[in-house]
Amino acid sequence: MVLGFRAFAWATTILAVSTLHVQAQSLTIASAAPVTSMDPHYHTLTPNISAHGHIYEKLIDLDAGGHMIPGLALSWKLRDDKTWEFKLRDAKFHDGTPFTAEDVAYSLSRVPTVKNSPASFQIYTRAVVGTEIVDPHTILLKTAAPYPLLPADMIQVYMISHKLGAEPATEDFNNGKNAIGTGPFRFVSYQPGNRIEMDRNDAYWGPKPHWAHVDYRMISNDAARTASLLAGDVGIIEFVPPADLAKLRGDARVALSEVVSNRSIYLWLDHSHTGTMPEVTGPNGEVLDKNPLKDLRVRQALSLAINRAGIVERVMEGAALPTKQYLPPGNSNHVNDLRPDPFEPDRAKALLKEAGYPNGFRIVLHGPNDRYVNDAKIVQAVAQMWQRIGVQTTVDTIPWSSYATRAGKQEFAAFLLGWGVNSGEGTNPLRAQIATWNPERGLGTANRGRYSNPAVDALLDQAMGTMDLAARDKIVLQTMKLAMDDVPAIMLHLQKNIWATRKGLTYAARVDEETRATGVVEAGK
Amino acid sequence: MFTWLLRRLFQACFVVLAMTVIVFVGVHVIGNPVDILISPEADQAERARVIAAFGLDQPLWKQYALFLNGLLHGDLGRSFVFNEPALRLIGGRMPATLELAVTAVLMSVGFGVPLGLYAGLKPNGFIGRSIMAGSILGFSLPTFWVGLMLIMVFAVTLGWLPSTGRGETGELFGLRWSFLTWDGLRHMAMPALNLSLYNISLVLRLTRAGVRETLLMDYIKFARAKGLSPARVIFVHVLKNIMIPITTVVGLELGSTIAFAVVTESVFAWPGMGKLIIDSINVLDRPVIVAYLMMIVVIFITINLVVDILYTVLDPRVRLETKA
Repeated sequence: MVLGFRAFAWATTILAVSTLHVQAQSLTIASAAPVTSMDPHYHTLTPNISAHGHIYEKLIDLDAGGHMIPGLALSWKLRDDKTWEFKLRDAKFHDGTPFTAEDVAYSLSRVPTVKNSPASFQIYTRAVVGTEIVDPHTILLKTAAPYPLLPADMIQVYMISHKLGAEPATEDFNNGKNAIGTGPFRFVSYQPGNRIEMDRNDAYWGPKPHWAHVDYRMISNDAARTASLLAGDVGIIEFVPPADLAKLRGDARVALSEVVSNRSIYLWLDHSHTGTMPEVTGPNGEVLDKNPLKDLRVRQALSLAINRAGIVERVMEGAALPTKQYLPPGNSNHVNDLRPDPFEPDRAKALLKEAGYPNGFRIVLHGPNDRYVNDAKIVQAVAQMWQRIGVQTTVDTIPWSSYATRAGKQEFAAFLLGWGVNSGEGTNPLRAQIATWNPERGLGTANRGRYSNPAVDALLDQAMGTMDLAARDKIVLQTMKLAMDDVPAIMLHLQKNIWATRKGLTYAARVDEETRATGVVEAGK
Repeated sequence: MFTWLLRRLFQACFVVLAMTVIVFVGVHVIGNPVDILISPEADQAERARVIAAFGLDQPLWKQYALFLNGLLHGDLGRSFVFNEPALRLIGGRMPATLELAVTAVLMSVGFGVPLGLYAGLKPNGFIGRSIMAGSILGFSLPTFWVGLMLIMVFAVTLGWLPSTGRGETGELFGLRWSFLTWDGLRHMAMPALNLSLYNISLVLRLTRAGVRETLLMDYIKFARAKGLSPARVIFVHVLKNIMIPITTVVGLELGSTIAFAVVTESVFAWPGMGKLIIDSINVLDRPVIVAYLMMIVVIFITINLVVDILYTVLDPRVRLETKA
């Protein structure tokens, strides 16, 4: 018995010593959402993409500010209007095989073959109609028509080794057999819904990662995530809940890093009904023979009635920035003279009167209650503000699982949604949200309000046919200004991405919401 | 006995089938899984592809018929989210929930019965009254709040226990179990306690009531008059007679603890089935929802069956033959 106890005490001492040793160079990350697969081509889901970035790499990467930087490609340029040339760097996969042009061709061709993908990366590889390997470090990607967005698409596709053979199974990525990339960390284990463990890749081509071991944990409950940081169990947490911000700002044990993100929150307005819109009725509930939201003055009035600064300060606890467009200041596609609409309820009332609604109207405002930061609270605040200009607003918030389907069916008159521009590039929201809904051309896919403006469509087409970057940016800015001044949707704010670290660590806050171990630095190192 | 079992099995199959119909119709009414899973940037063609890949373009009755066909071949479908067979997915999460639930139920018996016994024997003492007052808290405080308080006290302030997660696991029968490692046990302590608080109170109150009632029985008076030692009176004559209601409750509570450990699992980021089912419901991952609920129905039916059989062992007067 005594012996047993001693052995036990000895064992715990060894354990304690070894964990101490590990802690010195080990980092625990608490992510906010479960990673559903280790297959980098299975599901275009931000938590997956964020975790995979440790193990796999893409041809083109983004820096913390959202600007393109070389990834596995050293450089890329247009050979002719339909051919892009990528020069590849000297890199090695975790199994020691060199990364070559063959792996690029293989990865691009594998994407469409992934079985049962709920959201395929095909949308990023589809433009490539052919590849040509010039030499092991040069590859040509060919498109059917001039396609200026190819580099933006290559930001999304992770490279895997052609050694995996024909149709590698998603399961084999999850158990680690196929989880071989060129990234700064190598796969150790994946436990769904729990954690991913990774070790440093000592043969990494870039700067040697500081952390020898990374424990990537999934803690989706907001309060539990904050508590695990305060308890010192994790070094960094992502998506700090706004409710905890005030407390954490005053806590000496933690440091915060934040940046304005590419994710905008806005209210879609219905443009699909020209005649009666069931959810908009007269001030006494009578049926209206036309949809007031088709009138620009009404849309402007609804926007001017909103006190964005108040929402940001009170509802969002400062974790947002008022906006009238999709991209934050500092982005090359941010229109500088497109300011957030001011809070002017009197002007709003005057505009309503001018539009023929002196006594306002009734409207139902919908919002999800489990999707975006404080979504239900934002909708309630807006409803009260609309009430003050005489628009009698009924609030209806529902879970995302039901909301997502209904919002796509033009059932709602006004409804809250968000849009994150992963590529940080301006035609992305214009093509998906603002362009006229057109299944044949794949345009307006997320245009749930069915906004349509031929002038905007024409300018966007022109932008998409312009291969010169500077010239295109100019047209994009022009299109964005033209579109947003017409108030297709009422833009509210851009969310801030906020990370909290233990004191002594800092994180280079990323515009694209990704949490990367390589961005976590020990102070003074 | 045999006809009784057969009838029970028949009833069970009917309940399971009824449940699958409810889930199919329910998920269909709530929304379309594709709208939630698909990339927001996907175009209309990609959306159509996913809908077809999941078979959601078929009419509902046909989807259900396909599901029944798969069921006959032992296939409950693949998760939309994880692309793994739903049953294997649930099986992978099961050890985490099972060990948590079993520990919680063991704790409820281990703490509840002695405390209840004490409170029953000394109902007017200070300690007896304190135990009863404490059990009211165990009943009425919401689980998520207690969980967060436990974390704040033991992990954040005192730093004795890890705040969340499952910790290290050892392997047994090819599955990962926490109770085999010291680190795993440390991680399990708080969630298990949190999960068991309600059950402890329940068992405690039940035991106390039983003890108070039994003490007045003639056979107890007789046993005392016979000059048996107090220990023998309490542990053989009292305790044995109050075991029937406790067994029923513990049995049923085991079922609901396994099925509804959701709150504790999310507060403590415990990677069990409860978290899986909540995540699956949020994204309408129908194969997982159906498989999980089927399994829960089967668990409840099995536990009820075991409890019924245990009755006959504990109380020879109970017979399982049907009355007719």
